[in-house]
Amino acid sequence: MTVDTLRLTAEDAMRLVERGEVSSRELWEAYRAAIDERDGELHCYLTLTGEPEGDGVPIALKDVIGTKGVETTAGSKILKGYVPVYDSTVAARVKEAGLPLLGKTNTDEFAMGSSTENSAFGPSHNPWDPTRVPGGSGGGSAAAVAAGLAPWALGSDTGGSIKQPAALCGIVGLRPTYGTVSRYGIVAFASSLDQVGPTTKTVRDCALLYRVIAGRDPMDSTTADAPPVDLPEAEDLKGVRVGVPRELNEAEGIEPGVREAVERAIELCRTLGAEVGETSLPRSVDYGLSCYYLIAPAEASSNLARYDGVRYGLRVTDGGYHGMVERTRDEGFGDEPKRRIMLGAYALSAGYYEAFYGQAQKVRTVIADEHRAAFESFDVLVSPTSPTVAFALGAKAQDPLAMYLSDLLTIPSCMAGLPGLNIPCGLSDGLPVGLQLVGPQFSENTLFRVGHALERALDFDYVPERLR
Amino acid sequence: MTWEAVIGLEIHVHLKTRTKMFCGCELEYGAPENTRTCPVCLAHPGALPVPNEQAIEWTVRLGLALGCEIAETALFHRKNYFYPDLPKGYQISQYDAPLCVNGRFAVPGADGDHEIGITRAHLEEDAAKTVHIGGAGGRIGGAEYSLVDFNRGGTPLVEIVTEPDLRSAEEAKRFLQLLRQTIVELGISDAEMEKGTLRADANVSVREAGESGYRTRCEIKNMNSFNFIARGIEAEIERQIGVWESGGEVVQQTYDYDASSNMLTARRTKEEAEDYRYFPEPDLVPVQPPPGLVERLRREIPEPPGARVRRLEAGLDFETATGLVTSGRDRLYQAVVAAGADRRAAANVVMNQLAGAGVAPDAVDPGELAKLIEGRETIPRGTFAEAIAASGDPGFSAEKYLAEAAVSDVSELDPVIDRILAENEAQVSAYRGGKEGLLGFFVGAVMRETKGKANPKVVNERLREKLSA
Repeated sequence: MTVDTLRLTAEDAMRLVERGEVSSRELWEAYRAAIDERDGELHCYLTLTGEPEGDGVPIALKDVIGTKGVETTAGSKILKGYVPVYDSTVAARVKEAGLPLLGKTNTDEFAMGSSTENSAFGPSHNPWDPTRVPGGSGGGSAAAVAAGLAPWALGSDTGGSIKQPAALCGIVGLRPTYGTVSRYGIVAFASSLDQVGPTTKTVRDCALLYRVIAGRDPMDSTTADAPPVDLPEAEDLKGVRVGVPRELNEAEGIEPGVREAVERAIELCRTLGAEVGETSLPRSVDYGLSCYYLIAPAEASSNLARYDGVRYGLRVTDGGYHGMVERTRDEGFGDEPKRRIMLGAYALSAGYYEAFYGQAQKVRTVIADEHRAAFESFDVLVSPTSPTVAFALGAKAQDPLAMYLSDLLTIPSCMAGLPGLNIPCGLSDGLPVGLQLVGPQFSENTLFRVGHALERALDFDYVPERLR
Repeated sequence: MTWEAVIGLEIHVHLKTRTKMFCGCELEYGAPENTRTCPVCLAHPGALPVPNEQAIEWTVRLGLALGCEIAETALFHRKNYFYPDLPKGYQISQYDAPLCVNGRFAVPGADGDHEIGITRAHLEEDAAKTVHIGGAGGRIGGAEYSLVDFNRGGTPLVEIVTEPDLRSAEEAKRFLQLLRQTIVELGISDAEMEKGTLRADANVSVREAGESGYRTRCEIKNMNSFNFIARGIEAEIERQIGVWESGGEVVQQTYDYDASSNMLTARRTKEEAEDYRYFPEPDLVPVQPPPGLVERLRREIPEPPGARVRRLEAGLDFETATGLVTSGRDRLYQAVVAAGADRRAAANVVMNQLAGAGVAPDAVDPGELAKLIEGRETIPRGTFAEAIAASGDPGFSAEKYLAEAAVSDVSELDPVIDRILAENEAQVSAYRGGKEGLLGFFVGAVMRETKGKANPKVVNERLREKLSA
């Protein structure tokens, strides 16, 4: 039978393989054929694997996820040619589950960016409109799933890198509770924020993949056991309390089309039986972004110090040791990592630590407290995921601050370590709008339930119009 | 003018855990280069640290032995700097929330105990080993190339910092010897300076007697034995006194001590102050030693060596007591005395003769050794020496050796003694002229002549008699 990679969900693909209607290898080949056909235009992949291993539904992994024997660059020239000697825990779990690897997907360098334009290997393109960005940093994974170049994929999220590209590409993306998925083997950006999660076509696919990767890992001290995953079935929202944080829904810069689509989705929550009420997260929105841009770069400045040319990756020699380190880093890192290393090193410097990094950590506690208070009255909080739909390539590339604002609405819950789910909730000017659902720690099952019921009721067609 | 030295120490101790501080690589001193490594200790992208619980427990144990408070919540911090032996670009260490703080450690002196404040004891990972080839003085600047051996990288390391409470080079040395003994007895480290498993740096300043407050201090590094530490500190004290007395001013500086020349060499000063950009290690969660564990470890702490010196000193003298304790031989000494041996003789045998014969104190049966010591004057010296050498053997019995009586018969000894005196006329007149120290020379000659079989007590008596005649 022919496999319609654009439409086939991972869950259906799994069923086909189980019933013996399609072999795992045939599936893999169908996606490889789709890649051959469309990836030239979209540039979702940085590396394609040679031979499939496993008997399940194939998968793509963001290139920050370390894969033994398969080049892992994190979108950076400094890691060009770096082939890990070990599997990240998530790569190992995916392998154990029998999911063959299709390839490694494009990302902003070290996951720093919101458009994939910071990739050292060129940007990915949005399958809904290739003149536009797919979002970032996990734009490669999101675009691949939306364009039928992978049934599902894994991304990593520090301040919105799973949710925002899922929103811009019209698919589902989960950033899990901090600590439920191992970071072992994930090229680190900001350790206290980085979290791996699924990028899929449906909420049920998302739950299925989350089940594969979640759980405590002895190799990552910051992990905890996650509650068992329930596959969502319910199509109503009876008994669910949905909070609408005013500041996240009325923030400056939210496009009217985005606002309308989100408002319709909120209305739909009521129709499905949810109790909907307004709530407030004033400091999360006022200070979330600026505190994020102290904490994340501070940790990045330290995490990126290992790229010195001594042991692996790029080495540019220049006289002595210091010359080698300076030249290697100068040539190996792009502008954005350099900018963040400088910001971060400054925020941690003697005499500035208390005012910047120390203060930002205190605000982080305030943000977490503010969310905790909101969850006393609500089960989930809803808002747009991104203030805008997919923007044109190049539109913000020269303006880092405008780019940073793409994550204004995703950052607060990331700072609080909370899980967040993006589901597509409609179109604005022919481009997908994402709805963000945020819950308390370890509430993934609630997010799946709410996301699934809304997804059914919204009946959004995730196949990009131009590819139908 | 009377000067007083003000000394603080910073000590690093390698813990002898089976594996490294943050990964599962086994620690093995002297293993071939770069064979005890993994993605974690080589800082491959994505690798994460997992703390060694044994190392944490041992640090708590050491902290308790140093009279420290054990933190309810301790943090690991990142100390950021670039060097090829530091693969992550930061060292995981502890900063403002260490495991152990506010301790005190008694150093006995001839004039009473001196309590030395322990500022802190914290746990960190050691750096790898770098060898710089070519260029000047084995340093990285100007080297032709450098090689890194990551086997040592990630070894658990405890850093102990004292208050500036030590007042002489001798006291600093004694403190270190007692500290080393404490560490060895806790079973957490070999603490051998020559292997680098125990390292100490000293901060030294001087001030006039009676002066309060501290003057500028200098740091001395690279001292790799207890004696060199004492000599290095002494040299620095004298240098600083010289500077102040000649009207100059001591400038803060780090010196390397070179034992062969007894010289201090100033390290090149860095143009800018180091800024390590410390921040809490986000890859690790806070360390919270369970109170039950801390209490159990507290009960297991052995009697501090300082207290043992005080106790033993009563029946001996301060120096001997210190020697017994710092060489880890005081337990055997006590057991031998308890079995009936004379204190002085027991101290001498346990500290000098057993050590000379390479007998491990743990292997010795104290009862048998006590018998041997008490009967030592009735057997030939050679036999006694043989017995000492065998005293650590399993099933050693003193009886066999004590059965071999020494020659005490004067009629047999006198001809030998007379011959020796006749052959050494010059020494005989020197002795008679007041150089009584020469007695040992004559005794030695007689013992050699009789192949060690003469009873030294009788030889002594006969010699004295004949020489004073």
